[in-house]
Amino acid sequence: MGDERVEAMEIDAQQRQEVAAAVPDGFNADYLRIYYGKLFPYGDFFKWLAYGNDAKHPGCDQSYIGRRELSFTLENDIYLRFQSFDTAAELETSIKEKCPFKIDIGPVYSVDPAKRHAYAQSGNNVFVPVERELIFDIDISDYDDVRYCCSGADTCLDCWPLMTIVIKILDTSLRGDFGFNHILWVYSGRRGVHCWVCDSRARKLSNEQRSAIADYFRVYKGGENSLKKVSLTGPVLHPFLARSYTDVLKCFFEDKLLHSQQLFASEERCQKILELIPDQNVASELHDKWQGNRRSSISKEDVNAARWEQLKTTLQSGKHKTQGLRRCVEEIVFSYTYPRLDMEVSKHMNHLLKAPFCIHPKTGRVCVPIDPNNCEDFDPTAVPTLSQLLGELNAAGMQIDSENDWERTSLEKYIRFFRTSFLQPMLKACKEELETAYSAKLQQSKNTLSW
Amino acid sequence: MEIVRSQRQLAAAAAAASGGGSGAGALPTYRVAPQLEVRLEEFELFAIDRLRVLKGISDGLSRGKRPEEMEKLVSELWKAHMRHQDPAEALNKDIISHFVLRLVYCRTEELRKWFLSMENTLFRYRFRLESPESQRLLMSEFQLPYKALPHSEFEAVKDKLSQVARSIGQSASVESVFFKVPFEEVPDLVASRRVFLSKGYAYVAMSQVVSLVVTQFRCNISKALVLTNRKWTATIKEQEKDRLTPIVEALSNAYFGPDYSQPNDATEISPKDIDQLARTSFPLCMRHMLEKLRENHHLKHGGRMQFGLFLKGAGLKLEDALTFWRSEFSQKVGSERFDKEYAYSIRHNYGKEGKRTDYTSYSCQKIISATPGVGDHHGCPYRHFGEENLRAALNNMGVGGNALEGILDKVKNRHYQLACTMTFEATHGVSCDTGINHPNQYFSESQKVLQAKNQTVQSQLST
Repeated sequence: MGDERVEAMEIDAQQRQEVAAAVPDGFNADYLRIYYGKLFPYGDFFKWLAYGNDAKHPGCDQSYIGRRELSFTLENDIYLRFQSFDTAAELETSIKEKCPFKIDIGPVYSVDPAKRHAYAQSGNNVFVPVERELIFDIDISDYDDVRYCCSGADTCLDCWPLMTIVIKILDTSLRGDFGFNHILWVYSGRRGVHCWVCDSRARKLSNEQRSAIADYFRVYKGGENSLKKVSLTGPVLHPFLARSYTDVLKCFFEDKLLHSQQLFASEERCQKILELIPDQNVASELHDKWQGNRRSSISKEDVNAARWEQLKTTLQSGKHKTQGLRRCVEEIVFSYTYPRLDMEVSKHMNHLLKAPFCIHPKTGRVCVPIDPNNCEDFDPTAVPTLSQLLGELNAAGMQIDSENDWERTSLEKYIRFFRTSFLQPMLKACKEELETAYSAKLQQSKNTLSW
Repeated sequence: MEIVRSQRQLAAAAAAASGGGSGAGALPTYRVAPQLEVRLEEFELFAIDRLRVLKGISDGLSRGKRPEEMEKLVSELWKAHMRHQDPAEALNKDIISHFVLRLVYCRTEELRKWFLSMENTLFRYRFRLESPESQRLLMSEFQLPYKALPHSEFEAVKDKLSQVARSIGQSASVESVFFKVPFEEVPDLVASRRVFLSKGYAYVAMSQVVSLVVTQFRCNISKALVLTNRKWTATIKEQEKDRLTPIVEALSNAYFGPDYSQPNDATEISPKDIDQLARTSFPLCMRHMLEKLRENHHLKHGGRMQFGLFLKGAGLKLEDALTFWRSEFSQKVGSERFDKEYAYSIRHNYGKEGKRTDYTSYSCQKIISATPGVGDHHGCPYRHFGEENLRAALNNMGVGGNALEGILDKVKNRHYQLACTMTFEATHGVSCDTGINHPNQYFSESQKVLQAKNQTVQSQLST
């Protein structure tokens, strides 16, 4: 029985792919209309943003979801900000009708953002953001100085590990250091990843506290106009940085990026690394050595590893005991691997961020969730595209055994993951918090009465 | 607080002490406005003295002074302006001046932000100067519910605490008293990675409790400012329109210098003049961004904000700003994408979109404290450039020799605004006594100098 099912699934997957080819690649309003008509997970999406306030419990804040800003970008570049919805049905109707090319999620405001003008007259600061997930936005285009396979918005399996590093380091720290539990990682559809920290504690952070967290993660300094981008000071590293280095950065640098990016394969690339060494003598010593061993027997494949080993030995040898130079090995690894966050996005409550399950208009790929526990296995080039999904829908057209259309497409595993690993545990926590808060409130009012 | 016109005696200092919410030490927490009478002259004089202190702190911060230097600076400023032989009088002056400035600085978001930030810094360094005993008293006054970490828990994280201590250059022997607090309470310690974090808690050493207290202090003052503002607009402003209102309004203008957010009506610049003006009158940060914009036909968000608001302040009208930015960006992203993705934020800067705030251009202090990342060109070149790049950039402006070395020397000592002032002096051949605090001030001072020179030339020609 078990075997049969596996077989059936394989055939299914094969069929899906074959038929996918039948729908021409691309992204257009017609395709998108079908996606919004049959596949977009409105229910889950709405349940997420309601954070338990859509239940019947008397502790629910009925106005909560209606104060959330969504923003739509339409086909003809019309930008509709401050959309808000009270029910999942309203949301669904509006998305189906407007067919937005992009949906952004903003903060929860003090009042319904759609009615903000009505409040504007009544005085100061009535319309302000009051809650917002803690978000992170990482673009691989910010790594152009340390990757040689692609540039700009392009990415491939050789440079994507840079994003894997981001997920590993941030996810570990957000959970371990900051104590957050409900974290959603999403593929941005083309060139990076988004992170949504959804614990109620995270949603209530002030801008100052958000900045503090972003700064905690920042080692990158100086912008475009200073040579040394990473500066690690102090005799030892902070536990967070030390752990990131030994558990993640070092391995990714030595086992993956050194080879995949051929970091020492040319004069120019070597020079770039040597510039990070503050001691001129040491840098030129290494430079001379590498000039020499260009003619030696080291094969092309080994040159990166060999030069890296030489650099490490030279910098960490007894001769150069000064702290600055020993730290330099770590600084080089950090420069080439450590996450580069778009700080502004995280620092303020009112930044918009693209919603999960949107389709990226340039790639046609779905912004699917990424499992942080298996993020090494995530392959951006294998993420389902809009045309592929429509092909799968066509192929499955006659079957009527599934409740939802998405169950018959490769979107299924992503929606299931979203539900089981993110949404359900989070809603459970929301419910508990709601009940605790409510009974505390009851208790309090009882106490007041008895006085 | 009651304000009287005559020479009546101040109320008993004891009343002020309790009103100010100070238990034992000399550091009040300003929780409740004092019930005491103040002479009108003192109302103003005390406020001016406190403003001198706050302004000094603001200058110190914008020079990027280190904590030890700030501690010294604050202590000196306080001695110079707020001292009084009689400790009770000194306390009175402290409390009165604080509450007067609350009135002065409650009236706009911008003013509140500045006041809050400076009062916060002042409190932080004054707290550090208090004895451990009075620090504990202040902690209890703020009703901070934290207990010292029990020994068993302490042992479990001792190694990590020692690692953090060494990472910030302290000795490895760990202090023995720690408080375990939600990380939200100590954002400054989190931001600079000066605490160990685990499961949402920060382990704060006794020597760091100032951060806890300051968070509470800031929160109290911030709420109080909003309330004061409501009272001000609802009643005080009208009631006091012949007496306090003029003083209050004069006080905030007196020290803030001209407001560069609203372009002077007399000056208007057009896109075609920008390159010429940049050569003669833009400060280095703005020259640099213009150069990069012309080169890459793109600037990232931080750059668009800093440069765009500067141009607005210099007198570039919205329509011209759109033309200017479009002409560059369209070469890289096409004008369609420009209209779609970038035009909005330009109109936004001019208060035509979103919450419709008419945004102000960035001051040097804000620019210096920016944290430019990959691909960013904004920030202050004196602070954010490496030495070679700065040297080359200054050479490009025609600054060399002794002047150049002098500027680099100021940069090494983190006097970024002085470095910019010296650049102004070197390129304009005049002295600039006020110092540069704002890129738009640099621009308008420069224009003034150039116009004066032009007039001299013309009058010479005509004679």
